[in-house]
This record gives sequence, structure tokens and C-alpha cells, in this order.
Amino acid sequence: MAGGSKEIRAKIGSIKNTQKITKAMEMVAASKMRKAQARMEATRPYVEKLQRVIKHVAGAHPEYKHPYTQAREKVKTVGVIVISSDRGLCGGLNSNLFRKLLKDIKVWQEQGVEIELALIGKKAQTFFKHFGGNVVATVSDLGDAPLVQDLVGTIKVMLDKFDQGAVDEVYLASNEFVNTMAQNPTVNQLIPLPKEAVEAEKQGHWDYLYEPDAKEALDLLMQRYIEGMVFGAVVENAACEQGARMMAMRNASDNAGEMIRELTLAYNKARQAAITQELSEIVAGASAV
Amino acid sequence: MAVSMQVDIVSAEGSLFSGKAERLFAQAANGEVGILPHHTQFLSQLKPGLVRVVAGDEEETFFVNGGVLEVQPEVVTVLADTAHRAADLDEAAALEAKKRAEEAMEKAKTDIDVSRAQAELAEAIAQINAISHLKDRLHQQGLAK
Repeated sequence: MAGGSKEIRAKIGSIKNTQKITKAMEMVAASKMRKAQARMEATRPYVEKLQRVIKHVAGAHPEYKHPYTQAREKVKTVGVIVISSDRGLCGGLNSNLFRKLLKDIKVWQEQGVEIELALIGKKAQTFFKHFGGNVVATVSDLGDAPLVQDLVGTIKVMLDKFDQGAVDEVYLASNEFVNTMAQNPTVNQLIPLPKEAVEAEKQGHWDYLYEPDAKEALDLLMQRYIEGMVFGAVVENAACEQGARMMAMRNASDNAGEMIRELTLAYNKARQAAITQELSEIVAGASAV
Repeated sequence: MAVSMQVDIVSAEGSLFSGKAERLFAQAANGEVGILPHHTQFLSQLKPGLVRVVAGDEEETFFVNGGVLEVQPEVVTVLADTAHRAADLDEAAALEAKKRAEEAMEKAKTDIDVSRAQAELAEAIAQINAISHLKDRLHQQGLAK
């Protein structure tokens, strides 16, 4: 009996320690999430303005048609830019995204389409190392405040492949920030630009004046657009990560608290039973004398 | 009341300027341009330099590392880069990303201490869930009622 209660006490101690850690992690995630959300808000105007300019460009009648706006007839290879977190302990954030992506990958594989991956974040690297896949570029350790220039190389690898015709479509897989408690894994087409991105009210026949010329100006704009979209998604994913971690840690802390309550009850009952037994033994012994 | 146009200057890190203005000056690819309201549609690369916005009596100046300038008759948008960019720098970054991919797939040598600590914590949390089974066992043994 005494051994049992000692064991319970040790368990309570170890759960309490874990609970301390999960509580601390929850608070850290909560404060980081506020900052990540602010960063996401700061990025939004840039992405919105990029989208506005792209819509304007779609309404123009340039003599130069940019390849990113032209769908290719036969899709032999698709490129996917996967955005994941560097760290774990954030609930099902990454695994939900990978699961969604795997469904798409399966469909592509059934159609005989090859897949090339550009991975952002350590979790995606670990996952695709085990799962297999043709990884052409990676970047990780972006930190809490990602920078565009850290992503440029990885994006350029994909864009170069598209330009050379080695990849016919490029997709972006990332988490969408619904609110602090909910994240939504999405896989969206980046290039060729999807129809809704280039839908424009056609007003008359007009075109830009370009400097230095149409090709260079549009090339730069398209590159910035893709970079902007990917960067926006990375910043959003960072906010998702903190939100998901906060929730995961809150659940863990709650579970631990409940566990401690129940174990304490069991411990007290065991202790009481031992005392009662001892007392009755003493009383029995005394009456026998 | 002077004629004005909407001017938005944004970078990936945030909005720098958004509001009505009468004039804007920027370093376009072929030299400095001055934009007035109802300017014809114009799309240009921006060179690193100053963008000046004149609104009423006030003039605001921003330094941009390059980017894109888009002009519509009523709306002017400056998409500023957050860092200095050059073709060869981009190329180097791309090569690095490729190299990282090759290395990462060969040996997934991550930060061992961090991943170990993380694995231990994940285990502890899993244990808490497992311990709930202990509770059931206690019930069965009659330790707890």
C-alpha cells in the first residue's frame, strides 16, 4: 500500500514539472503570436497592392505576353513550394498540411505528373526526407521575423525551372490564418496566375508606357508578385504556428491539471486507507490485550 | 482645391505612405520621373533612390532599395523592395538554396540538443495522456473509488 502511494506521488511530481513547461510555452506562444499577427497585418498592404497592380496589368494590352499569365497545354511536371514551421509541438499544424498536400500529390502521380519540391521550414524537410520526393531547394531557420531576402533563393530556383520549361505549374502549400484557434491548410496555384488573380474589368484599349521596356518591367513585377505571395504566406504561417502551439500547449496544461487532480485524489484515498487500516490494527491489538 | 491622386507606397514590411498627393517624384529605369494626377498608365522598374511625395504644402521623402512603380490616372503604387537586390545576388541565393536541399537530403543533421529536448517534452506530454490509463487501473485495483 505504501509503495502504491509513493508511486502516485512521484507521478504527480513529474506531471507538475511537465505542466510548468507547457504553461510557459503557452505564454511564450501567446506573446509571439501577437507579434506574428502584427507582422502579418503589416505585410497585408504590400500583397494587396501587388494584387491590384497585377489586375491592372491584366486589363492592359501589352505587346509582350508574360509567360506567367499563359497556361501551358500539357503539364508534365509541377513544382510545389511547401511552407512549414521549424519547430514541432504545434499540434497538427504541419501534419494537416502534409496530409492535404499528399492527396494532391497522389492525384498528380496517378496522372503521371512529376513533382518537384521547394521546402521552407525544417518540418517539411524532415517529412519529405522520410516520405521521399524530388527536393530542389530548401530554406529553414527563418526565425520569428522572416525576411524576403531569405526566401529569394528558394523561390528563384522554382521560377528558373518554370522559365526553362522544367516545371509547368507552381503551387504554394501553406496554412491560412483563420483566427487564433483555427488554421486552414491550403494548396493554391501560383503560376500560371490563376484566373481570379488576373480577372480585370477591361476598359477600352490601353497599354502602359514601360521603362526600360515591357519585358523587363513585367518580369520584375511578376517576380516581385510571386515573392510577395510566398512571403505573405510565410508570415501567415508563422502566425498560424504560434496559434497552433498556444492551443496545443493549453490543452496539454489542462490535461495535466486534470491528471494531477485525479492522482491527488487517488493518493489521498490510498493514504487514508492505510491510516484506517493501521488504526484498526492498533484497536484490535489493544482489545486483545 | 488642387487635383490629387491616391498614392500608396508599400514594402513587404509595411505600408510607408497611403493618402492623397498632388505630385510624386521617383527614380525610374531611364531617369527621374515626376508624376502628376491623370498621368497616362506607366509601369517601370525603380532604381534605388528617393521617392518624394508632395501633398499640399508638405513634402515627404522615402528611400527605396528599388522596386516597381505603377501609375494609373488616379492611383500611383510604389512597391518598394526591403533590401538591395541585384541579379547576381539572387543567383547566389538560388545556388545556396539548391545546395542546402542536397545537403539536407543527404544527412538530416539538425540541431541535436533542441530536437532531443523537444522529443523529451513530447514524450512527457504523451505520458500524461498515457497516465490517464493508470487512473483506470487504480479503479480496478480498488485503490480509488
